[in-house]
Amino acid sequence: MKQGVLTGLALLAILCALPLGVDSYWLRLGTTMLMYGVLAMSWNFIGGMAGYPSFASAAFFGLGAYAGAVAQKFGLSMFIAWSLAGVVAAMFAAALGFALLRLRGHYFAIASLVVAEVLREIVNSATDLTGGGKGLNLPVPQMASIDDQARFFYYAMLGVAVLAFSAVFATQRSRLGFGLRCIRQNESAADMLGVNVTLYKVNAFILSGVFVGIAGAVYASWVHYIEPPDVFDVLYSVKAIVMVLLGGAGTLYGPLVGAVLFLSLEELVWRNYISVHTGMLGLLIVLLVLFLPKGILAFRPGRA
Amino acid sequence: MLTFQILANGLVLGGLYACIASGFSLVWGVLNVINILHGSFIVLGGYLAFYAHAELGVHPFLSILIAAPLFYAAGYALQGALINRMIAAPVLLTLSLTFGLDLMLQNGMLLAFTADFRKLILDPPLGVLALGPVVIPVDRLAAMLLALALTGLLYLLLSRSRIGRAVVAVRMDREAAALMGVSVKRINAVTFGLGAMMAGASGPLLATIYPISPLAGTVYLGKAFVICVLGGLGSVPGAMVGGIALGIVESFGALWFGPEHATTLSFLLLIVVLLVRPTGLLGRKGYE
Repeated sequence: MKQGVLTGLALLAILCALPLGVDSYWLRLGTTMLMYGVLAMSWNFIGGMAGYPSFASAAFFGLGAYAGAVAQKFGLSMFIAWSLAGVVAAMFAAALGFALLRLRGHYFAIASLVVAEVLREIVNSATDLTGGGKGLNLPVPQMASIDDQARFFYYAMLGVAVLAFSAVFATQRSRLGFGLRCIRQNESAADMLGVNVTLYKVNAFILSGVFVGIAGAVYASWVHYIEPPDVFDVLYSVKAIVMVLLGGAGTLYGPLVGAVLFLSLEELVWRNYISVHTGMLGLLIVLLVLFLPKGILAFRPGRA
Repeated sequence: MLTFQILANGLVLGGLYACIASGFSLVWGVLNVINILHGSFIVLGGYLAFYAHAELGVHPFLSILIAAPLFYAAGYALQGALINRMIAAPVLLTLSLTFGLDLMLQNGMLLAFTADFRKLILDPPLGVLALGPVVIPVDRLAAMLLALALTGLLYLLLSRSRIGRAVVAVRMDREAAALMGVSVKRINAVTFGLGAMMAGASGPLLATIYPISPLAGTVYLGKAFVICVLGGLGSVPGAMVGGIALGIVESFGALWFGPEHATTLSFLLLIVVLLVRPTGLLGRKGYE
């Protein structure tokens, strides 16, 4: 426990100091890494702890991005818009969870996959509010320089990541985390022994949505322009899963390790071969599933 | 009168949908694997028909005869080499595996065929058939009838042939089938091969109606999934009923709400059916 806190603080110190010594390319990479970390840690709640194969990350991300963007269009300030995006994502996750979490296995997976598609269609056709297929421009924050802006969004994303990490940390040590692990192992047995499975699963789903929603809103402000196919991209869901699988599902640091590894691969290998980018992602997934289904951290010494 | 026209459109669409979904449903039902590749197999079958028509002048309906064995072999090999290793793994892993393979296939098709939309145009055109006030394009009607014939063949294969009965046996009870001397691994590969064959064979049919592009498979995959949920899993009649139901719902939905909401409508229908009747309209636990 104490060691865990120390590791976490050391990591945080490094992440806080990072923008001081690097150029804007690395800053951008760092911001993306934190965003991926949020996606992976969030998926870990529902996919890693509860064992439900959710593909809803893209839906939460897009919903958050649009909630934040539309709120700012109506004149709300950026921070309020981001918080609002979190609230919208959480409420949506709650409603969706009550409906979908009664399904299991493939049915749940595909139903959650479909949600992003439906939201994209709706956003596409609600032209008045969202600009439809033309996309939506966001106000550019007034700051001294472009570098300041980049640093600002790095710290904003870091804030979301810290929130998500704290939530994972707290959940793992709480009744909720214990209940979720029971559900993953045997849902019927957990139900019989008095775990309120519906409530627990819905809570996990909300946790898996809220930070992704905020991250989506921060992303929207960061890039100043969003359009439906960009923010409702199913690859957000897939990448979240791949990162967690890469690092180790259900663990505290696994999703973070996975996010760093994944981004390194994405940036160092694939950016040189842009035309085979998705194919390489596919290959990575296939290799991962075939040879490393328990993640990198499964190889730690002293772990079964 | 418009109602009859829409109904006819829906039925034509539904016949094609049944063909798309029957193979997907078979793989899902027997292997408990969601084959994300299914949509891309359809598109690949479409490209095969397109190039056979453009380069060699082969009629797209005839290229089914080329596509079917090719896709069967590819599906058999894929299951034997890769998917059989993961067959007992959790849902997420098998789903991710076929998803990864699909990303590779899509990327490959994008490189090989470019992102251009292509359209197979029959020469001479087949014209239209007028039944009183209802007008049906002959090429669509022929495609639908062929699709239904293919689906019917699959049904016959499963219910009459020795190998088909073995597939059904594995679906009903894996262990018992193994005890009766069925080689489950081989039947897994046969099943996946049959699923790929149905996808590859419906590609040329759809190519005569819809434009082809490398990433169009996602739409077909979504439809196959909705149909399986509507009709119930793993049975050919279920895919038939689900396909025709979806065809009719989409046609009337396009009329009432506008065609841009067709996808949303079918997915909402999916979610409602999943919640109200998760076994589907014809669903039962066992096979027919």
